[in-house]
Amino acid sequence: MSANTSPAIELRGASKTFRTPSGGLHTAVRDLDLTVGRGEFVAVVGPTGCGKSTTLTLVSGLEEPTQGEVSVAGEPVRGVGDKVGFVFQQDATFPWRTVLSNVMAGPRFRGVPKAEAKRRARAWLDRVGLAAFEDRYPHQLSGGQRKRVALAATFVNDPEILLMDEPFSALDVQTRALMSDELLELWEGTGASVVFVTHDLEEAIALADRVVVMTAGPATVKQDFRIDLPRPRKVESVRLEPRFIEIYREIWESLGEEVRITRERGAAHVA
Amino acid sequence: MSPEAITTPVVDTAKTPPDRAYSRARAARRRKVLITAARVLVLVAVLGLWELLSRSGTIDPFNFSMPSKIWDQIVTWVTHGTALGSLGEQIWYTLYEALLGWVAGVLAGVVLGIALGRIAFLADILGPYIKVLNSIPRIVLAPIFVIWFGLGPASKVASAVVLVFFPVFFNAFQGAREVDRNLVANARVLGASDRRVTLQVVIPSATSWIFTSLHVSFGFALIGAIVGEYIGATKGIGLLVAQSQGTFNAAGVYAAMVILAVVALVAEGLLTFAERRIFRWKPSGSEN
Repeated sequence: MSANTSPAIELRGASKTFRTPSGGLHTAVRDLDLTVGRGEFVAVVGPTGCGKSTTLTLVSGLEEPTQGEVSVAGEPVRGVGDKVGFVFQQDATFPWRTVLSNVMAGPRFRGVPKAEAKRRARAWLDRVGLAAFEDRYPHQLSGGQRKRVALAATFVNDPEILLMDEPFSALDVQTRALMSDELLELWEGTGASVVFVTHDLEEAIALADRVVVMTAGPATVKQDFRIDLPRPRKVESVRLEPRFIEIYREIWESLGEEVRITRERGAAHVA
Repeated sequence: MSPEAITTPVVDTAKTPPDRAYSRARAARRRKVLITAARVLVLVAVLGLWELLSRSGTIDPFNFSMPSKIWDQIVTWVTHGTALGSLGEQIWYTLYEALLGWVAGVLAGVVLGIALGRIAFLADILGPYIKVLNSIPRIVLAPIFVIWFGLGPASKVASAVVLVFFPVFFNAFQGAREVDRNLVANARVLGASDRRVTLQVVIPSATSWIFTSLHVSFGFALIGAIVGEYIGATKGIGLLVAQSQGTFNAAGVYAAMVILAVVALVAEGLLTFAERRIFRWKPSGSEN
């Protein structure tokens, strides 16, 4: 029963230090405490290169923390688990597989029989509106369509936890708004907990229940804002609401400072 | 494509489709014909000059032979067979050795290349040895193989294998190293085991690297087989070369070379065909 009451994701005092190619040490994340409740949509914003993505790789189990503890559903993370889905910033569709085969990959990797995997994959392709494209190869699709394939390929595994690393940053602005709406629709049916990393504050507020502001690297949580905008939301219209603008201003005050620090450091490096 | 073809607005071609489109197509056709004609001309000029110089005695016809004699030699071989038996048999023998060596070398190269690319521990241990082996001029191993394996096909296959292995190995190794990290991470999160990552992510993405080496290495396999035959064999085109040389038949040496070139070109064509089939998933054009 305790597994059901424990938070979806918990990071306690997590730090991650990398060895740089030149032999030095680089601390990407320091002393990070973050809790994500079940079914909660948390957006993480912070200056570029502050270590937001590293946080996600720690939760996913792709990387181990140098210090501290990371748990998913109350259990410490040991390697890549089967509860997690990950949507990457860059294209991570397999170029040599067709669209259908790409979406089938997850279930097939997890030992689902072929016919069943195909059925599930088709259902998700239908939901992201790519049913007619199942025989295409990724290079024959637009950027937005490829992202949809990536979403379908992630959702088809029924992840309890959805990690998204600036998933829409490579898309043009219109496609991006569309994809955000689609993501909300897809997510609302699943009850998954989401950690959505972005550097776009508007996107963060429009999507999330909570926005977590990270400090300039090494990243740690600076401030945590609850977004009380009602759901269901439409990304394009919610942006225009007065409450949205109020929240934006409040969070930007916190985030802007970190962005300035990062920029000054960059300038100092150049000088 | 000519510059005006790019800058011409689409509207224009829609308005006056017959003339523009027609003249452009005609220009393209004319260019093609011109290029083909020039190519043939180059060939005719070179062969004609050779024939002429040889016949007039400017170059020694005994040493340099001449195209007409080479042609006669090929015709004789085709119609009456060679001193070693029918020409087809010689070609088949060489091809058989080269193919066998090529397949073995490619398999070994790919397996070891991917394994070392994936398992850093193995790469650290074997890396220096492979470098040392690669720096040996492997063609000199051919006589040793003849001593070890005798005059039969085995010694030729062995020399083809050592020639083929290294380029394929290095490309497969590089291909396995250069796999997009995102794809690997994605596969792992989707639930792929290490074995699955190797089979379904690393190998497919290394195939384009491997294929580039396949083209080069088939040429190497032929060289390995020919050199092996040249040094000592009972059949094969390499032996044909050696024998023609032994009987001071320069035309025979050239004729064997021509036959080899044709064989190599046909093999190359088949490989390109296979490549197209396999890489249907790749964006066409610009990539290659």
